Amino acid sequence: MNSVETKDVHLYYGDFHALKGITMAMKKNQVTAFIGPSGCGKSTYLRCFNRMNDLIDGVKIEGDILIDGVDIYKTNIQVDDLRKHVGMVFQKPNPFPKSIFENVAYGLRVNGTKDKRFIEERVERSLKQAALWDEVKDKLKKSAFELSGGQQQRLCIARALAIEPSVVLMDEPTSALDPLSTAKTEELIHQLKEEYTIVIVTHNMQQAGRVSDYTAFFYLGELVEYAKTKTLFTNPKDQRTQNYITGRFG
Amino acid sequence: MKRYFHNLGEKLIEGLITISGTVTSITVLLIVFFLFKEGLGIFSQSPVAEGSVIAVHQNNPVKELKAEEVKEIFDQNITNWKELGGPNAPIKLFSIDDITDYYTEEQIGANFEYLPQRLNELVAKEPNILAFFPEEYLAKDFKGHQIKLANVSLGDFLLGRQWYPTIQPAVQLGVLSLILGTLWVSLGAILIALPLGLASAIYLAEIANPKVRNILKPVIELLAGIPSVVYGFFGLVVIVPLIQDLFGLPVGETALAGSIVLGIMALPTIISVSEDAMRTTPRAMKEASLALGANKWQTIYKVIIPYSISGISTAAILGIGRAIGETMAVLMVTGNASVIPHTFLEPVRTIPATIAAELGEAPQGGIHYQALFALGCILFLMTLVINLTVDFVSTKKKENR
Repeated sequence: MNSVETKDVHLYYGDFHALKGITMAMKKNQVTAFIGPSGCGKSTYLRCFNRMNDLIDGVKIEGDILIDGVDIYKTNIQVDDLRKHVGMVFQKPNPFPKSIFENVAYGLRVNGTKDKRFIEERVERSLKQAALWDEVKDKLKKSAFELSGGQQQRLCIARALAIEPSVVLMDEPTSALDPLSTAKTEELIHQLKEEYTIVIVTHNMQQAGRVSDYTAFFYLGELVEYAKTKTLFTNPKDQRTQNYITGRFG
Repeated sequence: MKRYFHNLGEKLIEGLITISGTVTSITVLLIVFFLFKEGLGIFSQSPVAEGSVIAVHQNNPVKELKAEEVKEIFDQNITNWKELGGPNAPIKLFSIDDITDYYTEEQIGANFEYLPQRLNELVAKEPNILAFFPEEYLAKDFKGHQIKLANVSLGDFLLGRQWYPTIQPAVQLGVLSLILGTLWVSLGAILIALPLGLASAIYLAEIANPKVRNILKPVIELLAGIPSVVYGFFGLVVIVPLIQDLFGLPVGETALAGSIVLGIMALPTIISVSEDAMRTTPRAMKEASLALGANKWQTIYKVIIPYSISGISTAAILGIGRAIGETMAVLMVTGNASVIPHTFLEPVRTIPATIAAELGEAPQGGIHYQALFALGCILFLMTLVINLTVDFVSTKKKENR
């Protein structure tokens, strides 16, 4: 079953044609990785899925993007509702200037949840899912800035999970982390796919190989190749993919 | 050789910079020192009006009075020596103009040449007299007792409610009404400026499109450069009559008028500083909030404002600082009555306005002059506290990151 499906998606930043007709489908409860050199459009494409590109002036998007079968660029779609359905984890850890607890509870609060016990339960569950609970359970009231970079990133993952999205987008989630924290986060991604569909953008090909089930290679705004991760890395069909994964450019 | 000259040049420039830096710092310190030296002089001066003598009969047990008591006596609120610790007898007030009640012009002399002698006789004759006359008519063998006025104490100065720095025979130097006037006007100004400034800052930082912002921001910053006398003029011509009509007051020159003018003057600082603070909110943090389904307003008040709160506090404090020190505009619109205000619709007098208005007519080195310097010290301490608070708030901000 497909969780995210796009048909002939074109994206323009003013005159610049950033995405050139991308058609692909991401399977439910699988990890799909986007790889490619800088500026290939992989992050831009990812940010179409929760309409983050709406924030940038002069962006024009054509084509259909369906998430769980719903066209998210249709006019009757509420962007706020869509974003509850599609969580996102960013490149750098970006906790809010609030306590650890309030960071995780944020998504629930802005969506109008008032029930205190429900919020407490959900915060605990999300922190457990993000493998952070044991480290922070005694200091939930402390500022999120007191955590280490790796802990902050797992806090951001917990924050995204708290609103129970069906798809989690990760935009180079480990690029600002040390190797140990990276390993922890990758392990976490493995566990999370039981419940969520995960789309991850990464610069690191080894990481794509370790965490993903499917990998898509982007180059200059085009989807060059999309296959099972093992197949793509061992037996690429396209010469450009071959060049990239063997390190000839990028 | 070339290298040698190069090094010499560097050394020379370094030396010049060191010297100019040191000289500037020392100058600033000297100014503060001078301010306090003059200001603190007030506590070692007797508050007798310049060139005046206050005298009683030599057997009168009252030897020392307070400035406030002298005023009470001359205002006829104290009429018996008993109230001052003396005998139970009514106080007989005498000032130099009353001399003709006691002596004929011949006895005084055409050119007042016998006046000192007559005054001497009079004070010796009247046991209950309290006489006040110019020092030049004090006889050499004066038989009465010259009253010594107690020096102004810090408590009297800060908590005294009467500010009559030129009244005869004893000046009244209580600055409480001036301090309160300053605080009232500044408080009003910040109450007006903070909500408006914050709203404008939010608009500029988050809502306005970049084109509008690029025009508005420099215009607002330009407002900070308008001379304060222009703001004062605007207040006098527009705001004062408006307040007078709106509240049906006899005069429109009130604390409220001062607060409004100061509020407008503080706006550019508050808008500019808090807008800059809000714009430092990382884009990633805003995106994180939006990605969790928060709308724009929720993002503004739950993420952007908490993130930039120390910058916003700095803006508010800087705004207050500007309001407290402002002189000209306030002088023009607040009415300058040195009474303790009870509402915003009464005239008030602020410390800077008092100094500006009175320094020109205060004789140098006199007690009035020193009192104005002491007011300057109070103002200096107020702004110092404000600046230290800014410093504290902004260092705290850095620690939080």
